Amino acid sequence: MNIRLDKKSLRYGVELPQNKLMAQSPIELAPLPEMVTIPLEENVGAASETLVNKGDKVLTGQKITDSDEFDSVPMHATVSGEVTSITTAINPSTGQAMKVIAITSDGEDKWVELQPCPNPEAISSEEILKAVREAGVVDADGITSLAHVKLLPPKDKKIDTVILNGYEWEPYVTSDHRVMLEYGEKVLSGLNIMKKVLSPVNVYVAIGDNKEDAMDSLEELIVKAGYDFKITPIKAGYPLGDEKTLIKTVVNREVLIGGLAADVGVVVYNVSTAKAIHEAIYEGKPYIERVVTVTGTVGNPKNLLVRFGTPVKNLIEYCGGITEEGSEVIIGGPMTGISQFDPDSPIFSDTNCVLVKVSQPIMDMDCISCGHCIEVCPMKLMPTLYPKYVKVGRYNECATAYIDICTECGVCAYTCPANIPIVQYVRVAKKELSRRMGKE
Amino acid sequence: MTPEMEFKVSPSPHLWRGRSTSKIMYLTLLALLLPTAAGIYFFGYRALLVILVSVSFAVLTEVLVKKLRGRPFVMDGSAIITGLLLALVLPPTIPLWMVAVGSVFSIAIVKEAFGGLGHNIFNPVLGGRAFLTACFSVEMTTWIKPMGFAADAIITTTPLGENFVWSWRWAARLDLYKDMFLGDTAGSIGTTSALLILIGGGILLALKLIDWRVPLAFVGTVAVLSLVMGADPILQMLAGGLMLGAFFMATDPVTSPITHRGRIIFAVGCGVLTIIIRRFGGMPEGVYYAILFMNAVTPLIDRYVKVRPFGFQKAVQSAT
Repeated sequence: MNIRLDKKSLRYGVELPQNKLMAQSPIELAPLPEMVTIPLEENVGAASETLVNKGDKVLTGQKITDSDEFDSVPMHATVSGEVTSITTAINPSTGQAMKVIAITSDGEDKWVELQPCPNPEAISSEEILKAVREAGVVDADGITSLAHVKLLPPKDKKIDTVILNGYEWEPYVTSDHRVMLEYGEKVLSGLNIMKKVLSPVNVYVAIGDNKEDAMDSLEELIVKAGYDFKITPIKAGYPLGDEKTLIKTVVNREVLIGGLAADVGVVVYNVSTAKAIHEAIYEGKPYIERVVTVTGTVGNPKNLLVRFGTPVKNLIEYCGGITEEGSEVIIGGPMTGISQFDPDSPIFSDTNCVLVKVSQPIMDMDCISCGHCIEVCPMKLMPTLYPKYVKVGRYNECATAYIDICTECGVCAYTCPANIPIVQYVRVAKKELSRRMGKE
Repeated sequence: MTPEMEFKVSPSPHLWRGRSTSKIMYLTLLALLLPTAAGIYFFGYRALLVILVSVSFAVLTEVLVKKLRGRPFVMDGSAIITGLLLALVLPPTIPLWMVAVGSVFSIAIVKEAFGGLGHNIFNPVLGGRAFLTACFSVEMTTWIKPMGFAADAIITTTPLGENFVWSWRWAARLDLYKDMFLGDTAGSIGTTSALLILIGGGILLALKLIDWRVPLAFVGTVAVLSLVMGADPILQMLAGGLMLGAFFMATDPVTSPITHRGRIIFAVGCGVLTIIIRRFGGMPEGVYYAILFMNAVTPLIDRYVKVRPFGFQKAVQSAT
């Protein structure tokens, strides 16, 4: 049986310089930080209650927040040590205030006793959901969905397809690539657990064709373990990692405006999430670390396994420091990542990359109506309209031009001859619109 | 890293393709050099003078008007293109002071008075040419035979002015086709050589600076309509400013629609109006006015021709 399907290609977007310099560099363990800041509202789940107080001693993997809601996940201490403060800090990706728990490490990394599921092969769906929730697994899908919530789609939706997203669309980023190469067995086992719960007809592993080695090794592992998975190679291009375009490319179904992937019978998971689900079931390990690519103008770029809450400055220091004057520190890839002003900004569950890059000035000239942004937009919007509307305060017209389905992938601004920061205008408009919605 | 280190910040994306407005302008200028060379070859020093006057007045006017408006002048090449294109659509014998007047009008009124590059409704070149035609109709319609760098000019008519144009007797004019294709015929400075305009247009298409739909739909509409109306389609395609207009003017991003479908509507409209003016209008050439009219319709086209967003149609169906 043929495991590898025909190559699919993306119909919109652009080809970007890849710059995946760290693709062949093995994952290293990042040194334990002396302090971590764990954001309490980093994912889309409901707010949780704090289980620890200032001065409490905690162990690595110990639950520090939880709630009774199904639609939320507990957070865990990512180092052992003492809770130094429960305070507010600035969210590095939105600039808003957020509640954080700061833990000072004792340097010993004493773990709580992990409780793997007793019989992982014969486990029931309910037990899987419970274990995944308990481990606090958050899907790195760009919107920080909760992994166990995705495993329980609404009753009236029949899921027939699961897609594992190993496309890794952004230049520079190689963390998912390394996860597939080095944790292939865990990834596939995690995917098998998802398959058990969702019982889909088809399971696809979508991988960019710039990761031939990952495809080969996963193909081998699939054959060896006898899984019923298919590998879908996808021509490298950008953007294609967000759920909707990936579903369109792999199974040619279009998610409606305002709709969910489940509406078209598809669930998409990131490869790192599959690994985390495997670890939650087989090892009872909470989700407290992930692979982060640290690259760009640093002395010694690396792929690192990093505990959540680690300050970004620690990673940069460990990788040899910033080598160029006028660099900016970006959490995330070059297309969607956010520049940081605070060296203490913590690594989140959706941080796949820390990119240090010489900052380019933005010119923001007049639009010449060339229409390139319309040609490349994966959501087939008319990005050129948004800056024009925002400049004169016509926010409602942004809404009627479907600004809410914009994924802020950045191809419009990338291709714009006038160098207009279109995405930034989109963010301004979205924020103003949501503020007005809140008032009404 | 020192603790007091400051980080720079900028909005995402942090990559830029780098094909800036001015790069687009200079590449277009490069492609325009081919019909310019043809114009100088066929019409000699006179053509060169018209070009120099037009370009220098265009750039000077841009500098001056920017100063008056209190805006920074950016040498993005757009004023050079306007000046050069205006020269290319003027007759070689036009008095130089008229060239200067046209050039100043193009930049100061048609372009800058509307807000400058990106904000003008009408193509500055065509606005300037229409102004000159209205003011100096005799000088704007006096044509000479291509004489190269020879001294004396012989007054003649353009192929479109011939009385056989709107008849069916068009089978055996191979010599005329050849002259018109190469450019050895009477006409505006840069519009006579279809060959070099096609090569220049090909460069623009290869670099993806213009949308292929526009010249194809424009020239195609003219060809089909001339056949329908009993005229020689090959002559109609090669004559007048059609080739230059279709590749270098109707494709101006600022004054043409922004969507693919809108551009097709725009280009077909240009073709229809061209034939109507050529056949029924008071002047032999209609390309320039056709594009100007369609420039005026462009905001309307852009208002109603939109792109269907991802997941749109089905959303409407499920809602009803």
